[in-house]
Amino acid sequence: MTTVLWLALTYAQIALALAACLAAIRMMKGPRAQDRVLALDALYVTTMLLFIVSGMRLGTPFLFEAALVIAIGGFVGTVSLSKFLMRGEVIE
Amino acid sequence: MTALDDLPAWLMLIVAFFLVLGSSLTLLGTFGLLHLKSFYDRIHAPTLGTSWGAAAILLASLLAWSWIQDRVFLHEIVIGICIMVTTPVTLMFLGRSALQRDRAAGQLQAPKPSRDPDSIDIP
Repeated sequence: MTTVLWLALTYAQIALALAACLAAIRMMKGPRAQDRVLALDALYVTTMLLFIVSGMRLGTPFLFEAALVIAIGGFVGTVSLSKFLMRGEVIE
Repeated sequence: MTALDDLPAWLMLIVAFFLVLGSSLTLLGTFGLLHLKSFYDRIHAPTLGTSWGAAAILLASLLAWSWIQDRVFLHEIVIGICIMVTTPVTLMFLGRSALQRDRAAGQLQAPKPSRDPDSIDIP
């Protein structure tokens, strides 16, 4: 039964890494700026999930703080980038 | 695979199921982000990863860590609330700014102003 969990962890890590690669491809390819910001947001979420799965696999609870910081940083980054796209400046 | 060996078999099956579900949904979401044609279709795709993708992986981690540490483990709930509260705000901001940019540039793929209930005034 340990093998099932090991396989699931490996599958989850590979799938999340592939998802991050697809988001990075969209970020490089995106025709306009908002596509790149959207891909950056998806990349943040995917990397946070990858941190959590890696923390389960390594057996350390210390990656949760990193995941929380990534989640908050992704929110602040995406909101300020879309504010910049809307107005041309972040703080008015 | 050190601490996770102590889990009982039924919990291992549940954790493995939630891990596979969440990572598959996240992968599907970013595939849609790469595959869909217009931006207004694309903005819906990654929410698959932020709703059930994140929820399933966080649920799997919550169950595993709560069993290992023999107490209720609450870090994932904080992360989950943070994700679920911030994602709609972020995407609403991004959608509005994209709509404003597309209308200002006269792009054809932008939705018509009559279909938008609260339109943005563009000088």
